[in-house]
Amino acid sequence: MADPALTLQDVRFRWPGRASFGVSVPEFRLDRGESVLLLGESGSGKSTLLSLVCGIVTADAGRVDLAGTDLASLRAGARDRFRAERVGIIFQQFNLLPYASVSDNILLPLKFAPERRKRSEAGDAAKLCAALGLSSDIVEAKAGRLSVGQQQRVAVARALIGQPPLIVADEPTSALDAATQDAFLGILFDQIAAAGSSLLMVSHDERLGARFDRVVRLADIASVERLAA
Amino acid sequence: MILRLAFGSLMARALTVGMTVLAIALSVALFLGVEKVRTGAKASFADTISGTDLIVGARSGPVQLLLYSVFRIGNATNNVTWESYQDIANRPEVDWIVPISLGDSHRQFRVMGTTQAFFEHYKYRGGRSLEIGNGHGLDDLYDAVIGAEVAATLDYAVGDPIVVSHGLASFTHHDDQPFRVAGIIDRTGTPVDRTVIVSLEAIEAIHVDWQSGAQIPGQSTPVEQIRQMDLSPSAVTAALVGVKSRLQIFGLQRWINTYPEEPLLAVLPGVALQELWQIVGVAETALIGVSAMVVVTALLGMMAMIFSSLNERRREMAIWRAMGARPSTILGLLVLEAALMAALGALLGLALLYAGLALAQPVVDSAFGLWLPIAPPTGRELATLAGVIVAAALVSLFPALRAYRLSLSDGMMVRI
Repeated sequence: MADPALTLQDVRFRWPGRASFGVSVPEFRLDRGESVLLLGESGSGKSTLLSLVCGIVTADAGRVDLAGTDLASLRAGARDRFRAERVGIIFQQFNLLPYASVSDNILLPLKFAPERRKRSEAGDAAKLCAALGLSSDIVEAKAGRLSVGQQQRVAVARALIGQPPLIVADEPTSALDAATQDAFLGILFDQIAAAGSSLLMVSHDERLGARFDRVVRLADIASVERLAA
Repeated sequence: MILRLAFGSLMARALTVGMTVLAIALSVALFLGVEKVRTGAKASFADTISGTDLIVGARSGPVQLLLYSVFRIGNATNNVTWESYQDIANRPEVDWIVPISLGDSHRQFRVMGTTQAFFEHYKYRGGRSLEIGNGHGLDDLYDAVIGAEVAATLDYAVGDPIVVSHGLASFTHHDDQPFRVAGIIDRTGTPVDRTVIVSLEAIEAIHVDWQSGAQIPGQSTPVEQIRQMDLSPSAVTAALVGVKSRLQIFGLQRWINTYPEEPLLAVLPGVALQELWQIVGVAETALIGVSAMVVVTALLGMMAMIFSSLNERRREMAIWRAMGARPSTILGLLVLEAALMAALGALLGLALLYAGLALAQPVVDSAFGLWLPIAPPTGRELATLAGVIVAAALVSLFPALRAYRLSLSDGMMVRI
C-alpha cells in the first residue's frame, strides 16, 4: 500500500459561532499520487471538509494527518505555513486577485512557502502558463481582464507552482460545458502527474469520475449534523 | 510584491480610495496651512519692528501701544505732549528718537507724521532699512512718501497729488492743502506698505485752521503764510526710541513709566509682542484644535471606508488565506493599505498646500500685509505628516482586527 498523502480519523468539527452545523468523518484516506473525486451535493459538508483538510480550521476531535503531520499539533502560524507548503488549491470560481498580474497571482503562494519557492525556478510561471495553453503575452496582464477559460488555467498554474504534494480542487469545472470540462481535466491531470501530486477534487458531477483513481460519495464517509439554532 | 499587491488593491477601488485620499489631503493641507499662517503671522509681526528698544506713548496697555504705534491697529487713548517728548529725547541714555503722529487718513490708509529720523532708524526683518526705490524723501512741507501697497492699490506714481482726510474714515478733507507723492517705499511686508508718511510739521500745517477736531468756520490761512509759521507740534502719538547701551533700557523705561509730568508708558517691543501672543494664544490653540479635528475626521472617514469595504473584500481575504497568508498578514495588509492611503493623502496635501501658498501669497500679502514664505517643509511639518500616517495605521487597526476575525471564521471558503 502506498504512503498516505492525507488521512482523516474520527474527525468531528462544529463551526464556532455556527453551532447548528457540524461534520463528522470517521475515516478517510488519500494515497500519494492518487486522484480521488468526492461527490456531494450542496450542503453536504464539502467546504467544511476542505477547510479541515487545508488546516484552515482544526478538528474538535480526531486527527487530520497531512503528509504524516497531525494538523492539530501545529500552532496556527505553523499550520498556515504548512498549508502554503503542502497544498495547492483550485477554487470553483478560480478566485484570482483581479487587480494583480497573472504572474503575481501564480507566484503569490510562494510568498508564504519557502520550500515551494526553493523548488520553483525563475520562469516556472511562464512555463506553467505555456503548458496550460496560455500565451506568454498574458503573463503581465491583470487577472481581472482575462476570459473565464484563461482565469481557470491561471488558477491551476497557481495551485501547481512549486509542486505541492496535494492539490485540492473545489468544483473547478462547474462553469464549463462537457467538452471544455474534458479538455480542462486532461490538462489538469497531465500537470498533476508531472508534479507527482495527489488530487482531491469535490464535485456534484458524477460524469467526471472516469478520470479518477477513486470516486467517493461524501455521504459514505461523512455525516452532517444540523441542530436547531 | 506584497506592497505592489496592496497598491494594486487600492487602485482597484480607485474611486472610494481616491475620495478618502482627497479628504486626508485636504485636511492635511488645512492643518499645515493653519500652521503656515500662524508661524507666518508671528514671523511677520516679529519682523515688523527691529532695532527699536522702547516704544513710548500715553499710558494705556503695552499691547495697545504696540498695535497702534507699529501695526496701525486701533487708536491711542491720548497723546504725548511735545514737552514730554523733548524731555525723553534729551535723556542721556537716548541714542535716537522718532516721533509718530497718527490720526488722519487717506482713503483706507493711515497717514503718519514723522521726521527724517524715521527713515534712518526704522528697521524691519532683522535690521533692514526702508528704501525709497522711486522718488525721494520728505524734502518739502507738502511731500508725502507712500508705502508700496498704497501706490499699488491707488495706482499712484511720484508727483501725483494726495489729499489727506481728517481722522479715520472721515468725510472731511484737508483739500485746501494737498500733498504730492514724493517717493514710494519698496515693499517691506510691514504696515509701512500701507502707510502714507508725511512730515510732523505737515500734520501741524493741515490743522492750522482746526480747533478741537473741527475746522474753524470761515478761516482759511493761505499756504504761503502757513509755510512761514512755526509748525512745531504740540503733541505726538508715540515715539520709537533707541538707547545707547542695552544696559540702559530698563532704567530709561522705569524713568518714563514714572515720569511725573504726565502718565506715559514705555514698552519693550519684544515683551509687548509676547503679551500679544499670550492673548491670541487661546484663539491660536482653538484654530489648531479645529484643524486637527478635521484631520481626525478624515482618518475616521478612512476607517469607515475600510470597514464598509470589508464585506465585499471577504473573498479577497479568503484568497490570501488559502494561499497561506496568516490572519496577521491580513491584518498587516489592511494596516499597510491605510498607511499607503495616508501617505498619498499627506503627499497630495503637501502639494495642495504649496499650490495654495503660491496662489494666496500675493493676495494675503496685499490684503493683510502677511508674508507667507514658501519654504521646504520644516521638521515639525514632516513630523506632522509622519504622525498622520502613524495615526492612520493605528485607526485602521479597528477594521483590520475585524478583517482578522472574519478571515478566521470565513477560512478560505467564503461564499459571496
